[in-house]
Amino acid sequence: MSDRAPQSIRTPLGRVRYLGSARSGTKAFWRQRMTAVANVPLTIAAIVIVMSLLGRNHAAVVQILGSTPVAIIMLLFILSSVYHMRIGMQVIIEDYVHDDLLKFIALMGNTFFSVAVGLAAVFAILKLSFGL
Amino acid sequence: MAEANTPGLKTSRLKDRPLSPHLQIYKPMLTMTMSIVHRITGGALYFGVLLLVWWLIAAAIGPNAYAALQWFMETWLGRLILFGYTWALIHHMLGGMRHLIWDMGYGFGANEREWLAAATLVGSIVFTILLWIVGYLIMGGIR
Repeated sequence: MSDRAPQSIRTPLGRVRYLGSARSGTKAFWRQRMTAVANVPLTIAAIVIVMSLLGRNHAAVVQILGSTPVAIIMLLFILSSVYHMRIGMQVIIEDYVHDDLLKFIALMGNTFFSVAVGLAAVFAILKLSFGL
Repeated sequence: MAEANTPGLKTSRLKDRPLSPHLQIYKPMLTMTMSIVHRITGGALYFGVLLLVWWLIAAAIGPNAYAALQWFMETWLGRLILFGYTWALIHHMLGGMRHLIWDMGYGFGANEREWLAAATLVGSIVFTILLWIVGYLIMGGIR
């Protein structure tokens, strides 16, 4: 214990209960900012792409979404957004859910939802692109 | 005594202590409202992404599945949801830019704060309406 944080004023009990810094506090903060910056151009592009689908029939939509540049932009948009929204919802959960059991269920559900949404969207885009 | 109860976070910290004033005590301000709206739009977009996923999956499944989505998007409710979705996206994006400015240490002055908050709100509405006007023009009129 003492070799990990020799100058810490925290008690051994506090450290055992994980009531303190895990030394990774800025990781989520940084990744939230990074995906936020990426999302600025990607969101604008995605809005334009989706609006161009309005009023078009299925064949035309498949052609647009399946084209290589559109598919790449949509993949980047989905992956960056899903990562960003998972961090954001985690912050919301940590702010408002104080019961330990509920909090862990919500945090787990947040990851499940984000991963499922991301994977489903990626699969659909790849399917449209490869024309399977 | 205390050891017997093994005080956790709940018993030791939250018992009968004076609490700091929460939101309802303050007069609503524009900066505060925009901060709250940023979180609300974020939460809405979290579930709103299901709309996009439905769109992509329906297109990937085939013409029948896509026809169902297309029917919904042509209804006034579908268009309203889509319009609200783009507004939430743009508002959250502008609010995020505001946060990035703050992250770099700028924009904390009294006038700057107010100006940034107002720009977020006005900008999001103007951009959304402009985007839809352009979108409808590209589509060749309202349909």
